[in-house]
This record gives sequence, C-alpha cells and structure tokens, in this order.
Amino acid sequence: MNRAHRHGAGSGCLGTMEVKSKFGAEFRRFSLERSKPGKFEEFYGLLQHVHKIPNVEVLVGYADIHGDLLPINNDDNYHKAVSTANPLLRIFIQKKEEADYSAFGTDTLTKKKNVLTNVLRPDYHKKKPNIVISMPQDFRPVSSIIDVDILPETHRRVRLYKYGTEKPLGFYIRDGSSVRVTPHGLEKVPGIFISRLVPGGLAQSTGLLAVNDEVLEVNGIEVSGKSLDQVTDMMIANSRNLIITVRPANQRNNVVRNSRTSGSSGQSTDNSLISYSPHIETNFDPKDEESDEEDIIIEDNGMPQQIPKAVPMAGSLESLTQIELSFESAQNGFIPNDVNLQHTSGAKMEHETHASDQKPLEEDGTIITL
Amino acid sequence: MMKFRFRRQGNDPQREKIKQDLFAFNKTVEHGFPNQPSSLAYDPKLRIMAIGTKSGAVKIYGAPGVEFTGLHKETATVTQMHFLPGQGQLLTLLDDNTLHLWGIFQKDGYSHLEETHSFLLPGRPGFDSANVPDDYRCGKALGPVESLQEHPQDPSKILIGYSRGLVVIWDQSTRHIDHLFLGNQQLESLAWERSGSILVSSHSDGSYMIWSVSDDSARTLQPTTSTVPYGPFPCKAINKILWRTCESGSHFIIFSGGMPRASYGDRHCVTVLQGQTLVTLDFTSRVIDFFTVYNTEPKDEYDNPSALVVLVEEELVVIDLQTPGWPTVPAPYLAPLHSSAITCSYHISNVPLKLWERILSAGKRQSPQLASMNWPINGGKNLAQEPTQRGLLLTGHEDGTVRFWDASGVSLRPLYKLGTANIFQTDCEHADSLNQASEEEWPPFHKVGCFDPYSDDPRLGIQKISLCKYTAKMVVAGTAGQVLVMELSDEKSEHQVSVATMDLLQDREGFTWKGHDQLSPKNGSLAFPPGFQPTMLVQCLPPAAVTAVTLHSEWNLVAFGTSHGFGLFDYHRRNPVLARCTLHPNDSLAMEGPLSRVKSLKKSLRQSFRRIRKSRVSGKKRTNPNSPNSKVQEANAQLAEQACPHDVEMTPVQRRIEPRSADDSLSGVVRCLYFADTFLRDATHHGPTMWAGTNSGSVFAYALEVPSQEKFSERAVEAVLGKEVQLMHRAPVVSIAVLDGRGSPLPEPYEVSRDLAKAPDMQGSHSVLISSEEQFKVFTLPKVSAKTKFKLTAHEGCRVRKVALVTFTSVAFEDYTENCLACLTNLGDIHVFAVPSLRPQVHYDCIRKEDISGIASCVFTKYGQGFYLISPSEFERFSLSARNITEPLCSLDFIRPHDTTCVSNDYKGSPKLSQANGTHVLPASEGNHSFVDGAGTPEHSQAALSPASIDSPNSTDTTLDSTADITVEEVKDFLSSSEEAEKNLRNIAEDDTRSPGILIK
Repeated sequence: MNRAHRHGAGSGCLGTMEVKSKFGAEFRRFSLERSKPGKFEEFYGLLQHVHKIPNVEVLVGYADIHGDLLPINNDDNYHKAVSTANPLLRIFIQKKEEADYSAFGTDTLTKKKNVLTNVLRPDYHKKKPNIVISMPQDFRPVSSIIDVDILPETHRRVRLYKYGTEKPLGFYIRDGSSVRVTPHGLEKVPGIFISRLVPGGLAQSTGLLAVNDEVLEVNGIEVSGKSLDQVTDMMIANSRNLIITVRPANQRNNVVRNSRTSGSSGQSTDNSLISYSPHIETNFDPKDEESDEEDIIIEDNGMPQQIPKAVPMAGSLESLTQIELSFESAQNGFIPNDVNLQHTSGAKMEHETHASDQKPLEEDGTIITL
Repeated sequence: MMKFRFRRQGNDPQREKIKQDLFAFNKTVEHGFPNQPSSLAYDPKLRIMAIGTKSGAVKIYGAPGVEFTGLHKETATVTQMHFLPGQGQLLTLLDDNTLHLWGIFQKDGYSHLEETHSFLLPGRPGFDSANVPDDYRCGKALGPVESLQEHPQDPSKILIGYSRGLVVIWDQSTRHIDHLFLGNQQLESLAWERSGSILVSSHSDGSYMIWSVSDDSARTLQPTTSTVPYGPFPCKAINKILWRTCESGSHFIIFSGGMPRASYGDRHCVTVLQGQTLVTLDFTSRVIDFFTVYNTEPKDEYDNPSALVVLVEEELVVIDLQTPGWPTVPAPYLAPLHSSAITCSYHISNVPLKLWERILSAGKRQSPQLASMNWPINGGKNLAQEPTQRGLLLTGHEDGTVRFWDASGVSLRPLYKLGTANIFQTDCEHADSLNQASEEEWPPFHKVGCFDPYSDDPRLGIQKISLCKYTAKMVVAGTAGQVLVMELSDEKSEHQVSVATMDLLQDREGFTWKGHDQLSPKNGSLAFPPGFQPTMLVQCLPPAAVTAVTLHSEWNLVAFGTSHGFGLFDYHRRNPVLARCTLHPNDSLAMEGPLSRVKSLKKSLRQSFRRIRKSRVSGKKRTNPNSPNSKVQEANAQLAEQACPHDVEMTPVQRRIEPRSADDSLSGVVRCLYFADTFLRDATHHGPTMWAGTNSGSVFAYALEVPSQEKFSERAVEAVLGKEVQLMHRAPVVSIAVLDGRGSPLPEPYEVSRDLAKAPDMQGSHSVLISSEEQFKVFTLPKVSAKTKFKLTAHEGCRVRKVALVTFTSVAFEDYTENCLACLTNLGDIHVFAVPSLRPQVHYDCIRKEDISGIASCVFTKYGQGFYLISPSEFERFSLSARNITEPLCSLDFIRPHDTTCVSNDYKGSPKLSQANGTHVLPASEGNHSFVDGAGTPEHSQAALSPASIDSPNSTDTTLDSTADITVEEVKDFLSSSEEAEKNLRNIAEDDTRSPGILIK
C-alpha cells in the first residue's frame, strides 16, 4: 500500500486532491492521492501532525457536495469523503472535549450561517437544546434480531450486547406454563417467561423483549426441562453476549420472512446506523463467540491488558516515536519509502487508541439504542 | 447450532470403547452409622445383625466387610425386625402396617439382599372372651398385647403378655391356656429364662418381677420376687428386659430404662445386673433396642452371654460381658462419624505404609484395647480383595477434632483422633468428671459411647485440612482464623506452641470486625500425646473462618485465606512472608464483618437439613392410602413445607438477570490456594509459585524466592506478585492447577523424589487450569493467554460446586491412564472432562439437587472415587472409575430348607440395590425385580403380590398390632391365623420341617 501524503498546494497531478483543513482559526492545506487515500488512522495522524496537535483528541468532519457537515471517523466515510470531494476536500476539526455534536447532520452546511458559525465560533451556543447524539464512532450495537431466516416466524432471536457495568440488562424471568401442540393434542408444559423489565434497562430500551414473552433458548440451548435457577445461571453466564430466543407474547409485530433488508421488528425503531443496522446472522454457533469476554491479565508492571491483543509496552512506545519520525519526513516534502514500518506502526497505534478509547466510552452514559 | 449438534454426534466408536473402560458410575457402599435407626435384630445362628431405620432402610452387618443394604419401597419406619434364625431371611414390620420378607441370595458367587414378599395387615374384628377371670377383662377385651415370646424349649408354647399385666402361656398344639400369671402392674416386656422354668416381666413403674413356671397349678398369683431397682422414688418404665444364665457366675439381668423419674428421668440407660454387680450404662442418646450375643446351642445348659449390643439413636455400643469391668469393644464399622458435627472432609490416596503405621500406633496408644474379645458379630465371609492401596479419610469436626478413618475398604474404621481444643483457653473447661463415677454415687453411672454433639466453642470448628503424606506434616485451620501447623511424633512431648498473628486487612481503613473474637492460646508449655503435635499457630486477623489452606512441605510454606485476604507463612523460620487483602473497596458487607451472614448461613443450613429430613420421612408417596396415620403425617409435612401462607405464594418467583458485579458481597473470599513449581515470569526458568483464587474471579500468582534446603535458616522466603488475572465472568474461582508440558497435573511435593510419580515435563510449556463456578479455562504459561475453555454454566445451566483432578485407569489395560477433571455441580450431577482439552467425557446423576449438605460435603479421591454425606452420620461412597471400585463383596453360608423362593432379578449395574436413605431414586429399570416362582407354588407368590388377595378369606395375613385392643378369642384367632400364616409361609418356602420360629416382641 503506497499512498502519499503530499504536502504543498496546487499540485498539478491528476491523481491528487487538495485538502483544506481547518482547526480553530488555523488553516492547513495539503494534498492527497485520490486513488490511494490510505486508512483513516493515518489520515487522522496526518491531520494531528499538520496542525501540530499530536496528543489532542479531535473530531474530524468534512463538507460534502450538498454542504452537509459529515463526520470522518472510519475508513468507510473517509474513503467516501475522498472520492466525493470536488475539487477540494474541506475538513473541519474540533477538539473532542469542545465538540458540538449537533453541528453534524444533514442540512447543516446549507444553513451555512447558523451551523458554520456554530462550528467555527464555539462561543455561539444559543441553539435549541438538542438531544445530544454522540458521534457515530461512539455507536455500538446494543441489540439485534438474528437468525430471522431459520427461525419460525412466531419466534424471535434477540441478541443483547452488554458493555461495561453502567446499564443493567434489566429484566426478570419467572416460571409459568405455556400451551404446546403435541401429537396428543394441546398440552400444558412448564416454561420460562419474562416477568418484568426494569425501566431504563437494556432489555427495555431495545424494545425487542416484553413482559410475558416465553424464553425458548439461551445462546442456542433450549431451556425446556431446565429449572428457573438453571436458566438464570445460564443467562448470567452468557450475560456479556446474551442471545435469547423468545416467543413474543405479542405476535403482531413478528418479522416478516424474506425481507432481509430490514430485520427490525415493528416495536423497535431503526438502529439508526447503516453500518450497524440490525444484521442478520445465520447459523449462530455459541462456540464462535470467542470475543465476548476476555479476562484481564495484569502483569507485574501493573498495566492491564486484554489477553489476545497483548502488546508489549516497550513496543508500542517505540511505534509512537516511529510515527513521529515518519511524519516529520513527510512534512519535509519527500515521500517516505518506509511504508511497511509506517503501516505496522499505524496498526499498532490503532490498537493503542482503541484500547485507551474503550474505557471512557464504556463508561459514557450516552449509549444510544434507538 | 447445526454445527454444534454435529460435533456432539460425531463420536468416535473407538473413543467410546476407551471411555467405557475408564468410566463407570456406581454408588458402592454407605459408611458410618444409619441415620435415625428404629429397630434392631440379631440372628444368633448366622451371627449377623440388622438395623432398620425411620426411612425404611434395612442394613445387615456381619464380619467386617459383610454388609447388605435394602430399602423398602415405602418410606415408613421399620418398627420391628425378626430374623428367621439360620435361614438368611428377615421379616420386617413397618409403621404403615405392612410386613415384608427379605432374603439373602447368592448371585455370581456373592450374596445379595432382596425383598421377596410383602403383605398388608388388615384390621381385625372383635371377639368375645371366656375362660379368663372377670377381673382381667376390660369389658369384652383383655386389653392390648404387649409381648409375645416363644418358649425357649418348646416351640408350640407361646408366652403372651397383656398390657394390663396378665401373662398367659398358650399351647398352640392343644389350643389351651397352659398357665396364667395374674400380674396387676402394667406390663412393658417379657423374657424367658433359657430352660423355660423362669420368666421375667418388666413394668411401667420401673419394676421387674420374676415368675417361676411350675406345672403344679394352672395359675400363679404372685411373682417370686418383685423389685424396683432404682426405687423407692417413682421410676420410669423398664422398656425391655432380658435374663441370661451364666455358667461361671450368677445370671445376668439386663434391662433398659427404669431410672428415677425426678432425678435421672432424662438419662438414656441400660442396666446390667449380675449377682451383686450393677452397672448403669449411660448413653448420650435414646436407647432403641439391645440384644446379647450368647450361646444358642440347644444342648448346652447355659446362655453364657459374651457381649451386650446396644443400639442407641446415634451409635452402636458393644460391651464385653466376659472381661471384668465390662469394657466396650471398638466397632469395626458403623463408625459414629457425627459424634461431633462434621465440618469438613479431606481424602488422601496411596498413603505410604510408614505413615499409616505411625498413625495406627498413635491411635492404639490413644485408646488402648481393654476388651479381650474380638468383634462378636462376625457372620459371613468378606470376599473383597485386599485393598490395593491405603486410603485415609480425614474429617474435621465442630468441636475442633480431626478424625482419621481407614477408608481403604468397605468398612470405615476409626484410626486416630486429634484434638485441637486443648491448646486454646475455652470458656467452659469441662473436666472429664462425667466419666468418673464416684463410689458413693447411686445409680452407678458408667458413661459409654462417644456421641457428643455439644461443642464447647464453635470457634474451635475445623474448616480446612491439608496433609503431606510424605513428611507427615499437617495443617489444620478453623473457624476463628486459627491455622495450626502440626507434625507427627511417635513420642509424647511437652513444649510451647509458638504463636504468630497475621493481619490480612493490611491497613485497610474503615473496617470494624463485628464477628467473634480470636481464640486465645494457652500460655506455657503443654503436654501432647504421641500423634500429631502442633508446632506453630498462626492466627488471622480479623479472626474470620479460614476458607482455604495449602501446605508445601518441601518449601516449608503454608498458605491460608479467609474472607478478607490470604497469607503465606514460613513455618521453618516462623515468620510471615506475605499478606494480601482481597477485599473489594465497595464490599461494605465484609467491612462490617460476617456476623449476620454467618447467622443466615447457619439458618439456611439448618433449614436445608430439616428439609432433607422431612423429605426423607414423608417425601415418597405412601402406597397405602388407607392408613389415616400416614395421611396425617403427609398433611403435616405439606403444611410444614408451605412455610408461607398461600396468598404470598401467589406472586411468582422471579429471578433477576444481571451479570455479577465487582462489588458483590463476599467478593474477597479466598476460595483456593495452590503451590506449583512452574514458569511464571519467563519461559526459561521455572520456580516456586503460589496461586490464590477469590470469590470474585480474581487470580493472584506470586513468584516465590525459596532458598535451597541448606540455606533455609539463613535466607528468608520472598514473594513477588507475578500475575493477576481477572476472569471477566467474575465467578468464584474454585480450583487452580498447573499442568506440565505433557498436560498432566504437577505431582505433589516429594512425590517425585520418593519415586512415586513421574517427574513432570519441565521442557514443554506449562499451562494453568483455572476452574471457576461457571467455566473451566486453560491458560498458557508464562504468558497468560487463554488456550481452551469450557463454559459449563452457559451450556448446562449448572454451577460448579466441587472439582478435582482425577486419574482414571482403564479396566482393559492397567497401564493406560487418563487425567481428567471431575466436577460436581449444584444440581448434583457429576461431569468428567478430559484434561487439558476440557472435552466433556461423561456425566452422571449423583446427588439430589435439594440435598445441599450432601453436595457441600462431597470429596473426590485421586483415583476416581468420592464420598458425600447422605445424613449427618453417613458417607455414601461412589466411584466414577470402571476399575477402582470399593464395594461390599461377601457371602453368607446358610441352609434355607428347600429354598425355592426363586427370585430372579434382572438387575444390572451396581451390586448395591439401593441407597438406604432414599436420597437417590433409582431409575425404574434398575430396581425392577420380577418374581418368578420356579418350583411351583405360583398361586402363593401371586397371592403375596396381588392386592386383590389381601381381602380374600384365605389370605396369608397375620394380625399384629400391639396398640389396639385384643381379646382371647382374638388371640385364639390370631394363633390359628398365624398358624395358617406359618403354613402358608411353609408352603411358600416348602418348609415342612420346622416352623420358622418368628419371635414377636
């Protein structure tokens, strides 16, 4: 992957594109190779570098062709921004702690006066009290309906993602009896039912579970024949990645088959993000869920690490300095050949930011479900 | 999910074969003393004894290793049992009015106990009486029959004792009353003298009367003598009396009860009287029954009783009547495990002979054998092979004792008892004054038996035990945070125990301990008898109960943990190495001390015990719905179970679904501690490590600097925290074990140097197996990363209660072994997993899930067996291994005349038919006995089985009920019907030679 951060205005090359980046009152101009824009992390590092804000957490936004201020926070929207920029890619950078999330969205830049002044002049805060919606990168799935194509229409398989300890799963189960059709006619059999949803809990906020829904399976294991305590223990043991198959008490909102595009039930509103829209997973195998919980190992130097990603501390420090070096050279006008090194260091940095980002995000109370 | 299913089905047939050779589940034998015994019987010809219980169990014992167990289908109290002497048959009467016949049968060269017939006793119509003086009639009836005794010389004569005092000798052949004894004191029991010339009656006022049977008159108005042995003040009834003649001296009179009502009415006593010698045997629990072992050869003139066997509610005591002083004979089985409540148990396999002999000799010196006789109940032959290895079971008790039991074979034998109470100052220093009866005292109490459920101080209770079988060092830890390091010594010693205190809170602030005080050790040097002697006492602060302890005798280290933290102590240099607090900052409950929780735990334990008792007594549905008595009991049991009123129950039971959070209460409890020589810090150097796991899923691993043996006195041991693992699911860590390069568990210290184990593979990379209550995980070492795992709770919905690494040996090939992880869950199932792949191998139902105390008491042995408590006094032994099985294999030789009650049974599997206490319900296929009459009285065997025949006039029912009224005609009727019954029994057994001689008390 050879992509270049070319510094200097007005490059005549057809493959390059001019970038105008604004942070506070400062502008920077540089160019990018349109065909090989590289990764978002590298772009992010470049921006930090050119604005000389190496350790400042920032939010990156760009003006699209409609004049909307849209975020750049992953490879997808970065590439989108690069490919649609015509002719100039206008970048707006805000410090994360000062970020005004309401600036982002559709029609933001068409109402230029309002929005841009808002973005550019942070003191202008007389806006209507908007609901604070965090940046899309802060979004993560909290629930989804899965296996729609292999389940009977009367059943619903719901996956709840539990992060951190802030928001409770928030539901209760009870013993009950349900009527089944058997070869001998209708039969009453004991079953497990959802008995209560805690207001504000994860289960309630998804809208996918309701009181009196019968629990049929927990993470692929049938609950029939199991006691209430057994099912409780199974759910708690799987609480980080809980997949419950229920027969909803209200059968009117069932997922209609063959509509693979929309897996959302009538009760749950759209999960609002394209990339995380309720995705359909088939053939769920509980054994594949290896990433759900990773024990924390604290080595004797006292630094917590996730087990599989364990990166030696010395190594990551080294990689940071390497980034610094390589960007230094880029600024001086020549393209570093040492791409491999840069790539690896970039990847490591991704991990570092990822790891350091996770904590505050998990504890961020603004987890959006809708 | 499909993938999941396929994976399970794709079983390799070869692997299945290997599994069959390795694993098999059997409940083999019950150790200890039957819970709630209710009746006793003895067969003097076969020299075997039977004990019946309130739960309907029947246990027959002979020589050590000869044991039979049976369980009535009805959960009802066994009220009476009678052997058909010499025939290997036993008749039992239950309190639900059913009569059962049991027989011992040979199969595959071994004897088994099986139920052959059962009868339901109907009610009786009333009759007029005649030929009896008017004074002795209560209206039309003579009153209840209290006792029936067959004449010792003439089987046609029966002695009938009526409750109101009238005694009759009835001749069955002539159907006439031979003799009348006009007693007028309420009768309790009757007994013959051997020749039949004297009889003795005992009465409710505490008196006994001797009557001479002379032929000259048909009526005797007065007894020869009448005595109130503990008079003159009012006495309690003498419940049972025996008369035994003796060649060498005067006769024995042995009776139970009769104590002065006011002063000693609460004592449980049996009195032995020979000539002028009277001894009042004083028991700690109620006397159920007693018998004597005596000469029954008909041609001999004297009984010559050799032993008195007394069954009390909590133990069996045998008194040697031939040795002066009448000492007790130690029992080789029926060990009173519960003489003080069991608080923990610990098993050691493959005990070296040297240690075994030292413990044995310490035990012998502790209780010198006074009795000259051997165990008198010695019928049958033990055919089981000598155990291949010595197994030691250690039980810790509430009173601070540790008892050592020989668990190598079928009978659990007491070896040695270690007391730890004597090194502490306890509130009530109660001297052994109870044992010493002064010369002047009347009655002359003689305390016998060892059941003593009262603990001086609950803090003395033993919580954890760890023993090194190679160095004979032991650590015993208790309820008040006391950790005792002991050493086995063959000599008695007098020395001071050094004391150290270890603060496990480590300056954690805001803590006030509201629990019990720590025990204060006695000052100065103390005398210790040969055996395990304490060398070091470490006291934890706060003095919470020790929850984990482990010992490494090679490194001279002991590690212990409580609910607050753990400590590491160097007992050689006698200095602390490490203390670490494991309390979570938010754990407010632990901060306040565990007082309230301890109470609630006790309460819940008590409740669960009650529940178990209740379910044992009334859990099974009665087959007899007619009995109003059982209905009332059932209703009462139901009432008791419904602790809360109905309307409260209307709100359904809910369970909250929330993941375990870090600040759960009791999160700091240290659950396991482990020493290992492994790679913790780097992959090239291995060294001593210590591991600790807590209730909140934390694992701490310390690298230890242990100086070499010769420098031990110079340099101190150091501990450095190497790793800290927080399991994300936060479930309590129940066990930690390090596996070597081959995936086998590391050997115990000294095991390799004594050539008893292969040296561990230190070349390949080690791994650590961490078992939590929910998952098993194998992590690589030294870099801790997850290798394999099995999420038990996520898959099965059950939680781990006990785990152990077990070595299984194949039945087919002696040198093929596999290391596995055995796990007992909260549902009472046992799962076996391969190590280190953690693949599930087999699983079995073992304990009822309601039996919380049973699950809590379970202990696995290293070679695939296990023990758990089925009652406070009984261990059930089970085996998971197909090879290593300890079960009773015995034979009993007897001649059953024309033994044609062919009972074929299609019973397969465990040789043990059923568990006596009914804690585990057998699958229908296993307990299925089909009665096939081989030699041709099909109508009778049918009559015995089909309920329709019970009401038919030719029914074989006998009439036995000591509580209701009976008339002489009824007696007549009874006798004829019992004759008929005998005839029928005779037909069944085709026994024309001799009546089966049923003696009914």
